Amino acid sequence: MIFGRSERGKPPVEPVTLKILVAGGFGVGKTTLVGAVSEIRPLRTEELLTEAGRPVDDTSGVEAKNTTTVAMDFGRITLREDLVLYLFGTPGQERFWFMWDELSEGALGAVVLADTRRLEDCFAAIDYFERRAIPFLVGVNCFEGAARYPADDVRRALDLDDHVPLLMCDARDRESVKETLIGVVQHAMAQAAQRRQTVTT
Amino acid sequence: MSADGQGRSHWFDDEAGPVVRPYAMTRGRTTSAAQHRLDLIAVVVTEPHADDPEDDPTLSPEHVDIVELCRDTSQTVAELSAELDLPIGVVRVLVGDLVESELVHVNRPVPPAELPDESILRDVINGLRAL
Ligand SMILES: Nc1nc2c(ncn2[C@@H]2O[C@H](COP(=O)(O)OP(=O)(O)OP(=O)(O)O)[C@@H](O)[C@H]2O)c(=O)[nH]1
Ligand SMILES: [Mg+2]
Repeated sequence: MIFGRSERGKPPVEPVTLKILVAGGFGVGKTTLVGAVSEIRPLRTEELLTEAGRPVDDTSGVEAKNTTTVAMDFGRITLREDLVLYLFGTPGQERFWFMWDELSEGALGAVVLADTRRLEDCFAAIDYFERRAIPFLVGVNCFEGAARYPADDVRRALDLDDHVPLLMCDARDRESVKETLIGVVQHAMAQAAQRRQTVTT
Repeated sequence: MSADGQGRSHWFDDEAGPVVRPYAMTRGRTTSAAQHRLDLIAVVVTEPHADDPEDDPTLSPEHVDIVELCRDTSQTVAELSAELDLPIGVVRVLVGDLVESELVHVNRPVPPAELPDESILRDVINGLRAL
C-alpha cells in the first residue's frame, strides 16, 4: 500500500470565519488598529480594477492600460481553533466603493475611525454603513495634540443616530482596540435582537 | 507538455484578447463555473486524496501552490491572495478550478444575520476579552 502525503497529518480544522471592517479617512489609523490586535502583521491583499473602478472579473477582455490595483490590509485573530475573526481595513477612496460592497457583505459589523481634527473624512463611511443597516460604531482615535471634545459634541458634529455607539479609543493600544471590537459585536447583537423583535411583534 | 500543443500558448485563450499579466495564468478567464464570487473569508481546504498535484499536467504552478498551502492548515481567499501575491480575482478563478477538479473544497462563511442563535457572537466577545 502506498501512503500518500495526506496520511501523515490529520485533516486541517475548518474554522467558522467572521469579519469586521475598519473604515475611516486617509491616515486615520486603520492599519494601526488592525496591527494592534492581529496575531499576524497586517497582510495586504489586492484586486485589479478597471479605470471605471470595477473589479476585473466583471469584464471579459481586459487591457492592461486600463487597470489599476486597490489594496486592502487585513489581520487575523484566532479566538478558538475553530473560530477566527478577520479585520479588514477598507480602501479610502470613494471610487473603490465596490470593494466596500464586497467586504461588507456578510460582515459582522464595522468600526468607523474618526479624527477630531478632520471629522468630515468619516462622513462617507458613516453614510455607507447607515444606508445598508450594517452595525457600526464610531471610534474617535485620540491622537496627541488633537483637542479632546466631549463625546456628545462629536456625536452632534457627526449627526449620529442615538443608537450608534461612539467611544474614544487609541488605535495603537491593544486593550483599547479589544474594547472597541467588543463594542462592535455587542452592538451587532443588540441590532439583531431588535430586528427579531420587530419581526415577531 | 508541449507535444500536444500545450506549451506557452496553453496560457492564452484566443477569445480573450489581450490579458493582464496575472490573468494569463487563468488563461484569460475571469470567471469559473464552480466559483460564485467567493468571499474573502471563504475557507479553502485541500481534499485528503489530492496527493501529488505537481504531477497533474492540467494544473499551473499557482494551482499547485494553493493545494499545498491548504493541506495542513485551511486558508481563506484573502490569505491565499496575500501569501501568493496574486489579485483576489485570480485566486477566485484558481480556487474555482480546483473545486471543479475536486482537489479542494470551500466553506462559505455564514452571514451573521443567518446565524441560528447568538452563541457564536457571545463566543467572539468572550474570545476577545480573553486575548
Ligand atoms: N499619536 C497617535 N498616532 C497614531 C494613532 N493611530 C495611528 N497613528 C499614526 O498615524 C499614522 C497613520 O496611521 P495608519 O494606521 O497608517 O492609518 P491608515 O488609516 O491605515 O492610513 P491609510 O491606509 O493610508 O489611509 C501612523 O504614523 C500611525 O503611527 C494614535 O492613536 N495616536
Ligand atoms: Mg492603512
